[in-house]
Amino acid sequence: MVPLSHYLALSVILFVLGAAGFIFRRNIITVFMCIELMLNAVNLAFMAFSRFLENLDGQIFVFFVIVVAAAEAAVGLAIIIALHRNRESLNIEDVDSMKM
Amino acid sequence: MNLEYLLLLMVFPPLVGAALNGVFGRRLSQATVSLIGCGGAGLSMVFALLSAWIYSKSGSQPVPLPYRYFTWIQAGLLRADYAFYYDRLTLIMTLTVTVVAFLIHLYSRGYMEHEGGYYRFFTYLNLFLFMMLTLVTAGNYPLMFVGWEGVGLCSYLLIGFYFKRKSASDAGKKAFIVTRIGDAGFTVGVALLFWTFHSLDFQTVFDRVAGLHQGEFENVLTAVGLLLFMGAAGKSAQLPLYVWLPDAMEGPTPVSALIHAATMVTAGVYLVARSSIIFAHAPAALAVVGIVGCLTAFFAGTIALTQNDLKRMLAYSTISQLGYMFLGCGVGVFAAGIFHLMTHAFFKSLLFLAAGSVMHAMSGELDMRKMGGLRHKLKTTYATFLIATIAISGIPPFAGFFSKDEILAGAYEGPLGSPLLYWLGTLTAGLTAFYMFRGLYMTFWGESRVEPETAHHVHESSYKMTIPLMVLAFFSVVAGWVSIPKALHGSEAFDQYLDPVFGPATDALRHVPSEHFGDLSPAALMGFSILAALIGIGLASWWYLKSTDIPEQLAERYADAYRILTHKYYVDEFYNWLIVRPLCIASDKFLWRVVDASVIDNALVNGAGEGTAGVGDVLRRIQSGNIPSYAAWILLGAVLWMLYIFVAR
Repeated sequence: MVPLSHYLALSVILFVLGAAGFIFRRNIITVFMCIELMLNAVNLAFMAFSRFLENLDGQIFVFFVIVVAAAEAAVGLAIIIALHRNRESLNIEDVDSMKM
Repeated sequence: MNLEYLLLLMVFPPLVGAALNGVFGRRLSQATVSLIGCGGAGLSMVFALLSAWIYSKSGSQPVPLPYRYFTWIQAGLLRADYAFYYDRLTLIMTLTVTVVAFLIHLYSRGYMEHEGGYYRFFTYLNLFLFMMLTLVTAGNYPLMFVGWEGVGLCSYLLIGFYFKRKSASDAGKKAFIVTRIGDAGFTVGVALLFWTFHSLDFQTVFDRVAGLHQGEFENVLTAVGLLLFMGAAGKSAQLPLYVWLPDAMEGPTPVSALIHAATMVTAGVYLVARSSIIFAHAPAALAVVGIVGCLTAFFAGTIALTQNDLKRMLAYSTISQLGYMFLGCGVGVFAAGIFHLMTHAFFKSLLFLAAGSVMHAMSGELDMRKMGGLRHKLKTTYATFLIATIAISGIPPFAGFFSKDEILAGAYEGPLGSPLLYWLGTLTAGLTAFYMFRGLYMTFWGESRVEPETAHHVHESSYKMTIPLMVLAFFSVVAGWVSIPKALHGSEAFDQYLDPVFGPATDALRHVPSEHFGDLSPAALMGFSILAALIGIGLASWWYLKSTDIPEQLAERYADAYRILTHKYYVDEFYNWLIVRPLCIASDKFLWRVVDASVIDNALVNGAGEGTAGVGDVLRRIQSGNIPSYAAWILLGAVLWMLYIFVAR
């Protein structure tokens, strides 16, 4: 049986990858995918704990996260399309008109 | 009808009048404004008479009636009610105040006709009457203080009535600020009283003090007495705070008559008389009252000798007479002080109103050197002025004689009397007679020195003004008859009437050891004061009617003394040098330039603005608009938060 720590380690690796990508990547779609990656890292941790503690609460949380992520993907992609139509660019550094 | 409601009906009509005139007066005709104003004062007078009647009728018990309407302040131990305190002293004060005030309201209808600001004048005058009635009917020190400050405010507003004239607005400020110095003493005194007795209610405090043995709490009570007298000295223009009163003559003449002669300036005397039991347990403070009063009477009397401005002369005369009242209270004959307060209210307001009538005839001229011979043209004014002059000079059987004589007799043989006070008082009586007749002769007798362009429209004032003069003249004659001295086989009815009020104080003062030096009989004392008055009148007649060059020769021969007198002992200059100038310099160089300009304006106000801008300048760099950097900040925050949770906890 694979111990809990392995799952958690994988979860942390995925999360850090997602976070790093979120900060350092310039393509908005990549950034977006990094967010999904972080969410799934968290899902993985939830699932692992749920199995480990033999408690279904974690799984219920995972469902919630998946639903929110789906909604987020719908809204996020719509925003990205709108952005691309306006700016003709998907580079995140071009989107800084909120700067003082 | 119940006295409780009558008192409210007495106090409030002037306030209603002031409110109506203040809000709507600008759009009302002069007739309506004066109807509202005089109506307010008239109603007050009617209800004052009614309450006096009902109070006297309701059984023979002369007990004070405290009426508590509602709790006004409740804070910790301090409790102040909206409460009235009605006893025989209040009765006399309310009658004097409302009668004189009503007459002066009537007089003002004529006097202010062409002066502008008609409704404003009646608003202030009514407000003043309300405050004055609050002062004399108040049932505790805080409420009395409300009236006390209220009359001060109205005094300020009315002195500065012609506010376009700088001297008038300056005089208003001076009056306000100088009396405030005294009020500081009053406030501290009241606080000390509260600290000692845990109450400020008249009834409670007086009962507590009356229950003390002589000498108990004497130090505290002496301090209280002196502090209260400081307030009284400010309000009643006594040494050393008298300087505002002569300047207060900048106000319209009815104001000088009502506020600065008859009523407000006597508030200090009322305060001392009201607190008589406190002073009786603090003989040292009471002695100070008497001595200051006597010195003020003499000092102001000498200044009045050389004044050429009719109203200023009367102002110094008022200071001097107020000194008499304090002398009366100070030697322990409080009733005599109040008696003089009452008679003085009549004849001094008459003098001022008559002076106003002269001023009216002379197109505002007040310099007596430019008058003379007016008695032919201003017959009523002259007659009434003459009556008031005789009354103030102390010639029997006019009002001033009886009250002044009682004070002087008290100064000689009263509980705290001494021959020195008596002789100084008698000398002042002579001075009073001299300068009053000097003024009378310069104004109404001799050759006319009126300037030609004013001479041809010198006219007697209308009946609106002369009728109040005549009524006041009547009172100036008869007001003294309520207390014929024992030496003239009278009963001193006034003193006996006030005995329930001042009895406890008089009893307490009996225990004060006093030495009696003289052995003059009351009749001899009376003879001396009449003699002094007659000498004064004689000298004035000789110098200002017969040999009119003597005053000038005297002025030349004693040029130094004359100069000191005409400059009023340089007191104003001295105060200017000692207090006003340093204050101005300190205000300009330090308070303005350092405290206000540098510290407040620059360091605090601008500093707060610049500081916020500076911090914002730094912090706005966070708002880069760059989404990855926001993400980094979020991550950093999350990491720090987790560190905090795992490490710091």
